[in-house]
Amino acid sequence: MAVELYRIDDRLIHGQVVVGWGQPLRIGFIALIDDDVAASEWEQELYRMGVPPEMDVYFATVDEACTHLPGWQADPRPGIVLTGDIATMARLVEVCPEIRTVNLGGIHHREGRTIRLRYVYLSPDEEVALKRLADSNVTITAQDVPSARPIPLPDVLESGGA
Amino acid sequence: MSSDAKALVAGHAAFAEGLVSAVSQITGQSEQFVTMTNTAMSADEIEERMRAVVREHGIHVIFTDLPAGSCTIAARRILRDDADVTLVTGVNLAALLHFMSHGEITSHEAAVSAAERAKGSVLVVGVPGGR
Repeated sequence: MAVELYRIDDRLIHGQVVVGWGQPLRIGFIALIDDDVAASEWEQELYRMGVPPEMDVYFATVDEACTHLPGWQADPRPGIVLTGDIATMARLVEVCPEIRTVNLGGIHHREGRTIRLRYVYLSPDEEVALKRLADSNVTITAQDVPSARPIPLPDVLESGGA
Repeated sequence: MSSDAKALVAGHAAFAEGLVSAVSQITGQSEQFVTMTNTAMSADEIEERMRAVVREHGIHVIFTDLPAGSCTIAARRILRDDADVTLVTGVNLAALLHFMSHGEITSHEAAVSAAERAKGSVLVVGVPGGR
């Protein structure tokens, strides 16, 4: 499988993704699944700007991603599939059930969310969505950078922000 | 932070604070710079914070650390709405020191000049096996 990481990160394409994960995993492409970004040339150019030329960036809606996913998985280059929130990743898993692992990479503070880890804040609804995702046989771990220890979802949900 | 600040330095962790502290150590001044970090903030929070700093301090130049960084993304969103702001990404100490001494030229010209200085200050010295 060429897709090394299915990541939820509300900063979308940024330093931690491009450099933090991109360099050690020798990432050849990033697929950003976001309906708004997929509809805007300006947004796409914004995220393309910071990515090195040897790395391809693909933009797709959730529905389009399901069509493209077999091609991304067959790509000999390692890749990252990225969504900006839990709801989008849950929709993606629903239409692409072959996704078996999800990485919580950055879900930051917002009103109604409780801190679980330094880089993971969750609302009650988001916790339910993650549990539902885990119940559908998806392994969910939190890990902001490759050198950090992956933290299983149950531990994330019990954590008070350490 | 000074109300006389002309540039914002923004980046990961303590990058901006560290860079400006180095400016201060070298020149004894750093009032021209305001700093911000992206630590523990969402993309929306970074943009909101950056817009507030730009507004509050009348910033015309934003320096960021990494082209792909979330501060750079936020700055580009600000530039879309404000043609008077210039972004320089990939900033280093040489660039900030040069920017401080820009004299009477415009902020945009000073930013362009600082970017050139930044590029010129990255040098490779020595070759394998060389003396």
